[in-house]
Amino acid sequence: MRATETEDEAASMSKAENLASKKVGVLALQGDFEAHSAAIARAGATPVLVRKPEDLENIAGLVIPGGESTTMLKLLREEGMFELLAEFGRKRPIFGTCAGAILMAREVTHPAQQSLGLMDLSVERNGYGRQIDSRITRLDPDAEFHERTAPGDLEAVFIRAPIIRHVGPQARVLASYEGDPVLVEQGRHLVATFHPELTPDSRVHRLFISKL
Amino acid sequence: MYLDETFRVKVGLAEMLKGGVIMDVTNAEQALIAEKAGATSVMALERVPADIRKEGGVARMAPITKIREIMHIVSIPVMAKARIGHFMEARILEALGVDYVDESEVLTPADEEHHIDKRTFKVPFVCGARNLGEALRRIAEGAAMIRTKGEAGSGNIVEAVRHMRTIQKEMKQLTVLGREELVAESKKLQAPLELVEYVAEHGKLPVPNFSAGGIATPADAALVMQLGAQAIFVGSGIFKSDDPEARARAIVKAATYFNDPQKLLEASEDLGIGMHGIDVSKLQESELLQTRGW
Repeated sequence: MRATETEDEAASMSKAENLASKKVGVLALQGDFEAHSAAIARAGATPVLVRKPEDLENIAGLVIPGGESTTMLKLLREEGMFELLAEFGRKRPIFGTCAGAILMAREVTHPAQQSLGLMDLSVERNGYGRQIDSRITRLDPDAEFHERTAPGDLEAVFIRAPIIRHVGPQARVLASYEGDPVLVEQGRHLVATFHPELTPDSRVHRLFISKL
Repeated sequence: MYLDETFRVKVGLAEMLKGGVIMDVTNAEQALIAEKAGATSVMALERVPADIRKEGGVARMAPITKIREIMHIVSIPVMAKARIGHFMEARILEALGVDYVDESEVLTPADEEHHIDKRTFKVPFVCGARNLGEALRRIAEGAAMIRTKGEAGSGNIVEAVRHMRTIQKEMKQLTVLGREELVAESKKLQAPLELVEYVAEHGKLPVPNFSAGGIATPADAALVMQLGAQAIFVGSGIFKSDDPEARARAIVKAATYFNDPQKLLEASEDLGIGMHGIDVSKLQESELLQTRGW
């Protein structure tokens, strides 16, 4: 009995070490990248800020944070990183929240703008309205989300959030709010239109890290 | 008490603005230039601070038609200024649906004793501060973002530097004090003990801390970011310069790469001439904007 416990302990220790050795990039051009770095660390992996092309080299996955998608898009183009991110996304997982979800979509409306096209989604910017319409709510995620993380509803912070208007056949909706998808997975990628990084609950980040 | 849901939603938007540049604009055309240059938000006002300073008179909330035009033309958040203590200007801006209200010393104060009770609003507020006590008093009233006051419309970074250094130093000092000392400190700072204790524990404000007042170049932007600003406001610095588009783009780049001298060098090339600027130490006490509010 005792031996098994020690073995379990050793196994879980090495699992934690394994996780901590996973470097997750956080795009730090603008936005709430600090909050994401803290969330990645809480979930057990090691965050690395990404501002230049070479920063993409030794990371297992990337988070595109919340912020202003127009600002990030402009800096990505200017610094020659737009194509590099698309390329990175063809090999490694990317997790986008809010502005990040907008950048990862196939199509962006209201107004239309360029995007990486990594997921088969059509996203309407500021779909809920202005800041006055921003809110905190509780979501009841899909059973699969619970199975892959842990049970319990999910606090969701929506800040001038986009609405996902269309989801392609390969995408899987993990949570919805008022009938619209808000947490969606497609292959190695994950997007949320809300901000799990602004809550102490690290399940969504853990889900992403499990995909690395 | 301070971190209830409404307050977290207000602070949430400030979180999204980190690492970016909020630009003063007076019309739709300038707002578009700002958005194209990569501004994270625009601040709608009637006249930029340099013009308020030059022309004098009473500076009020911007005309509603102008703010509406700006809100219509850009997709980024739109902020607008209300006079210190003028809670009805703020109510009108809230009804209009602006994303943030700046209770600003740049406008002529409407109340010489009271700031707006910002807790009763759904729209978030940003307020200026010169020191930690002032910052915490504004947060106690409900401000969800703090910015240094600097000296608006001066094109001179010296006051923003002074205010950011003061706030950072006063926060650091709190982190080494004992609990009974914090009570005495709360009295000295004229700020609620709860907030003083928060700063002592975390070494930072409970809301994002931005910089404003005198930023005119990419180097200025990088300087205040190095000193601890999490984002910046640029007022007269852009539209009072030779080439607003180029300068706006350069300052956006500087806010991202504030820790990278090579990128800052690139951002500083070919900008034309910056705003003229004034020596703040030559201003009369009555000409200072930063001493408005308390």
